Amino acid sequence: MTARRPIRWHIAVFLAPAVLVYTAIMIVPLIGTLNLSLYRATETGPQFVGLGNFRTLFGDALWSDAFWNALGNNVWFFIIHMLVQNPIGILLAALLSSPRLRLAAFYRTAIFVPTVLSFVIVGFVWKLILSPLWGIAPSMLGAVGLKGLFAPWLGQEGSALTALALVSVWQFVGIPMMLIYAALLSIPDEVMEAAEMDGITGWSRFWKVQLPLILPSIGIISILTFVGNFNAFDLIYVAQGALAGPDFATDILGTFLYRTFFGFQLQIGDPNMGAAIATAMFLIILAGVCVYLFGIQTRLRRYQF
Amino acid sequence: MTTPLRLAILASTILAGAAHAQEPVTLTIESWRNDDLAIWNDTIIPAYEASHPNVQIEFAPTAPAEYNAALNSKLQAGSAGDLITCRPFDASLELYNNGQLSDLTDLAAMANFSDVAKAAWQTDDAAHTFCVPMASVIHGFIYNKTAFDELGLQEPKTVDEFFQVLDKIKEDGTYIPMAMGTNDQWEAATMGYQNIGPNYWKGEEGRLALIAGTQKLTDPQWVAPYEQLARWKDYLGDGFEAQTYPDSQNLFTLGRAAIYPAGSWEIAGFRAQIADSFEMAAFPPPVPAAGDTCYISDHTDIGIGMNAATQHPEEAREFLEWVGSPEFAALYSNALPGFFSLNSTPVEQTDPLAQEFVSWREECQPTIRSTYQILSRGTPNLENETWNASANVIRGSETPQDAAARLQQGLDSWYKPAQQ
Repeated sequence: MTARRPIRWHIAVFLAPAVLVYTAIMIVPLIGTLNLSLYRATETGPQFVGLGNFRTLFGDALWSDAFWNALGNNVWFFIIHMLVQNPIGILLAALLSSPRLRLAAFYRTAIFVPTVLSFVIVGFVWKLILSPLWGIAPSMLGAVGLKGLFAPWLGQEGSALTALALVSVWQFVGIPMMLIYAALLSIPDEVMEAAEMDGITGWSRFWKVQLPLILPSIGIISILTFVGNFNAFDLIYVAQGALAGPDFATDILGTFLYRTFFGFQLQIGDPNMGAAIATAMFLIILAGVCVYLFGIQTRLRRYQF
Repeated sequence: MTTPLRLAILASTILAGAAHAQEPVTLTIESWRNDDLAIWNDTIIPAYEASHPNVQIEFAPTAPAEYNAALNSKLQAGSAGDLITCRPFDASLELYNNGQLSDLTDLAAMANFSDVAKAAWQTDDAAHTFCVPMASVIHGFIYNKTAFDELGLQEPKTVDEFFQVLDKIKEDGTYIPMAMGTNDQWEAATMGYQNIGPNYWKGEEGRLALIAGTQKLTDPQWVAPYEQLARWKDYLGDGFEAQTYPDSQNLFTLGRAAIYPAGSWEIAGFRAQIADSFEMAAFPPPVPAAGDTCYISDHTDIGIGMNAATQHPEEAREFLEWVGSPEFAALYSNALPGFFSLNSTPVEQTDPLAQEFVSWREECQPTIRSTYQILSRGTPNLENETWNASANVIRGSETPQDAAARLQQGLDSWYKPAQQ
């Protein structure tokens, strides 16, 4: 008689907590949102309209203009992070890992501290710093004779979004720094010594040896930045309010979703259109993550030490 | 179990029940007036609780910009308070239509209010009233009288005089002529467009014609206020683009700005901030030409209704009867100078500036904000669009004509006057 393999209950039991919690707080609401976006409120209650809400969102100029404006702003927000936050993060990590740097622990902590601050604090502090009336930015520029360079950046259409993106960069630059720093530390000394033996030192050692070894970390940081930026909402809401002024110049998908879903002032909330926007955001982020996972991550070379 | 012990347990259960019955009912008020927390807690609530020992009132305000969204979520979740402070017109009408606000038409205190006062909280056919009117606010300009005396300036009566005064203040350079920013957008619409506008569109006449569809936002009387707003730009402080509402309030109360486009709700806060450092006074929005009838925005702004899902409907109705009484009107208007009771019984204002504002009711024709009734029912929302357009016009990034055309186009996309 052959012994039947017993059912391995312990696998289900060990998986259950995570699966249940994840399903209850992530999967069910996600499906609920997708479902909500297919209905429209009418006099007689919710009515199934298929993709009707998406047709309104992309076909009706009143909605599509706002959507493309928000998406465009979101892309710019992301570009600033990629061009400013991540290179500065890598640079700081490279400097921190230099054995000749003194007080490295202090710098590391100081640069990382803003990351743990609340968005609300960061938003208000920077709004005060940049205030044309009471801020220290105009007087500091004045002290070095550059008062003329100051403008009410947060109030001008051309500069408000960039200014807020840079505030966000200031807040989060610690994250790429820490991740890259950890990756740099994990490079074995033998590799570095071998490079030195071959005469590669200083910056060329960074470019030729360290950078290729930390590329997977840079990939992870990029995708984290992408997801974070396309889900962003807090900083804009705190600094500019739900109307994302001036003239919607700082409106990103998160604030557009908030205004639509919950309503604003006399505008009554529209959960169905809000869910349609949330679904569009979900698909954009999903597409971005897929491009990364299948297009980039599989091609990154990994090195075993 | 021994008999005495049983009796003891039984007795304690009954006593606990009795104690429970005497525990006062707590009624929670939802509101966006977080500035009024102290007045409710120190003046209004103790006055009510003194005569109603079985009721405790808790005033629980939310920040104004979040109020509507927060309230809707709480009502849907069933966690909203017993009494709901009502925004005028559609926001509250929607709540009533959803069955979230109770019908209060048969409240005895409703007899104390005029039809105009109740209009903001009624169904379109005026058959059902769902909030007790509390107060209206009046728009105008508060100015630094000490500064005016110093510079030898008079209250302007006409638009031309208004800009002459602004020019003189600017020339002198001691004061910022006018304290207003465009960062928060709503001041530009509420204290700008809706403040000076009624003089051009002739108050109720224009407002009702807009609803009837016989006037359009692109007509000269609706574009003219934008043309005046576009001229304001030169008189606002440096960096007004990033100036917030609290910034503007501080500029004025610190005595750095001479004129503040205002709503009467500022009076109490300004008095506390300014104390004795300078004297303030107010003038109504200047008319386009000398001798024109003046129109003021006397906006029905606050009402209070009952959450249909409240656990204590009787206590809540009793409280609302009191809110509708002359006693409450006197208490409220004087505790909060600048919020003018809508009660038919006239209230003697003890604050001279509040008295100045309310005196305009006699010489000028009152109206309410043009975008509030019916016209902000659809998407895009005319009121929210007006914020954006007014701020754009003042910043100079949109011309008055373009702004008006955009608003009318947005309104046309969903509003068909004939169907009303």
